[in-house]
Amino acid sequence: MNRKTITGIVLLGLLAVLPPIFIATGNAFYVDLTTRLVILAIAATSLNLVLGYGGLVSFGHAAFVGIGAYAVGIPAYHGIYGGGELIASFNGFYHIALAVILSALFALITGAICLRTKGVYFIMITMAFAQMVYYLFISLETYGADDGLVIDLRSELPLVNLDKPLQMYYFAFVSLLAALLIVRTIVRSRFGMVLQGAKGNPERMVTLGYNIYLYRLAAYVISGAMAGYAGALLGNFTTFISPDMMDWHRSGELMFMIILGGAATTLGPLMGSAAFIVVEEILSHYTVYWHLPFGLMLIAIVLFARGGVMGIITGKDKS
Amino acid sequence: MSSLLSITGLNKSFGGIKATDDVNLDVLEGELHAIIGPNGAGKTTLISQLSGALPPDTGSIMFNGQDITRAPAYGRAKLGITRSFQITSLVKDMSVLDNIALAVQAKQGHSFRFLKPARSIAPLRDEALTHLDAVGLADRADAPTVNLSHGEHRLMEIAIALASDAPLMMLDEPMAGLGPDESARMVTFLKTLKGKRTIVLIEHDMDAVFALADRISVLVYGHIIATGTPAEIRSNSAVRQAYLGEED
Repeated sequence: MNRKTITGIVLLGLLAVLPPIFIATGNAFYVDLTTRLVILAIAATSLNLVLGYGGLVSFGHAAFVGIGAYAVGIPAYHGIYGGGELIASFNGFYHIALAVILSALFALITGAICLRTKGVYFIMITMAFAQMVYYLFISLETYGADDGLVIDLRSELPLVNLDKPLQMYYFAFVSLLAALLIVRTIVRSRFGMVLQGAKGNPERMVTLGYNIYLYRLAAYVISGAMAGYAGALLGNFTTFISPDMMDWHRSGELMFMIILGGAATTLGPLMGSAAFIVVEEILSHYTVYWHLPFGLMLIAIVLFARGGVMGIITGKDKS
Repeated sequence: MSSLLSITGLNKSFGGIKATDDVNLDVLEGELHAIIGPNGAGKTTLISQLSGALPPDTGSIMFNGQDITRAPAYGRAKLGITRSFQITSLVKDMSVLDNIALAVQAKQGHSFRFLKPARSIAPLRDEALTHLDAVGLADRADAPTVNLSHGEHRLMEIAIALASDAPLMMLDEPMAGLGPDESARMVTFLKTLKGKRTIVLIEHDMDAVFALADRISVLVYGHIIATGTPAEIRSNSAVRQAYLGEED
């Protein structure tokens, strides 16, 4: 086993045992922090499938997260305040299915258009679609518009009670393990090889007979669905959702996490999310202007450690 | 022998430049057909239209009795046309074997297979390895592609073309940038391929072309001025004037 795998497994091990210790030692606040970390790691892991392995720089992934969160918030809202009988529900399976299906559908429709473009145009058009969703939700007065929407009741699931912080945490943690396993399996499969081949040399892949557009679209849909799932978790965790969740800043943060952790590695996005959350937490203790040192740090990592945090640990340049 | 590839009245212009000018060409099944011509004669443009990377302005391309003039590039590969690139085109950040395995995998129909790790599928890896062995690169299988020399990259291009099983191979200057030894190795290898596949060879190395080709077409300013056996081309006065540029 190499240092990279060991580091990742140590981090996963810490995440598996730390939250109960936080609670036992009276630091319940840190459970919140780790829950947010784990949920963002799922979103970053999903983005890594297209960005890291597919070379498709999607700058709109927060839209999927937002759609997933509203897929929990809107049915719960109608469940409490009436109206919208067709969709009102507290059923967690229903919420999650809705989040996954709607974000997959959004990925299919926008991906079919975005993937006809390349490079910087792809970046801009994915961002444009995400901003469209952002402004759509800002205009929805019923659901709080830009003030956001409070989720008064969390999703109901058998066996787990998401109102209990530890159960919420472990539900997210097991989801993260599943997400990591899914992405790892996909990128090693024949599909994954085609996706990575198309990143390395699209012209060659077409010459071999691969319709790379379809493979990329499939990856985009899978990635969008996973990000939507992360959104459903995030909605349940914060119990407050607003269009701000899908602003392009949020998409950028997901990209930062991947850059921090090292793209196209299974555990990179998790490492990146952990680094992002921990550094944000520490810096914000010292100054409200924590974005400045944080930005400088990012620039330094991009310039000097191209493999991200993983690259520093393993001492190997991933380029 | 019947013709496998039949090109009729093909034209392609870039602005005012006619890169392909009324090209008519039949490539017979099983032959090695070389296309020669001075720099800028439109050889690569012609191959790009045959492989589907560039759409022709007018004209038609028939392959195996099927009109493929407007077929997408990935569709032509599935029908059985493969090409190698003048400027090496490989997935540089994958291993040598991965590159060839992707070509083998392309024959499986679709690759929407998400579960089994591709590198553990023995038939894929074994077949890829036999193609690497055929070009003498088996011992480099696990090396990252980027670490190989230019000559080895050219051989990888050939191994990929082999792996595709395509009845028609279009090789765009396989000898480009090779040293004399490597060139000789490539010629020897192409000789072993002759007769097994139909090959369209674009090449600047005249010794190699005259040693290998069954027939040669001469392309000048996008137009084919002569087609014939090496002996016929050698004694063709129009070719000597226009292409070889010598009078004797």
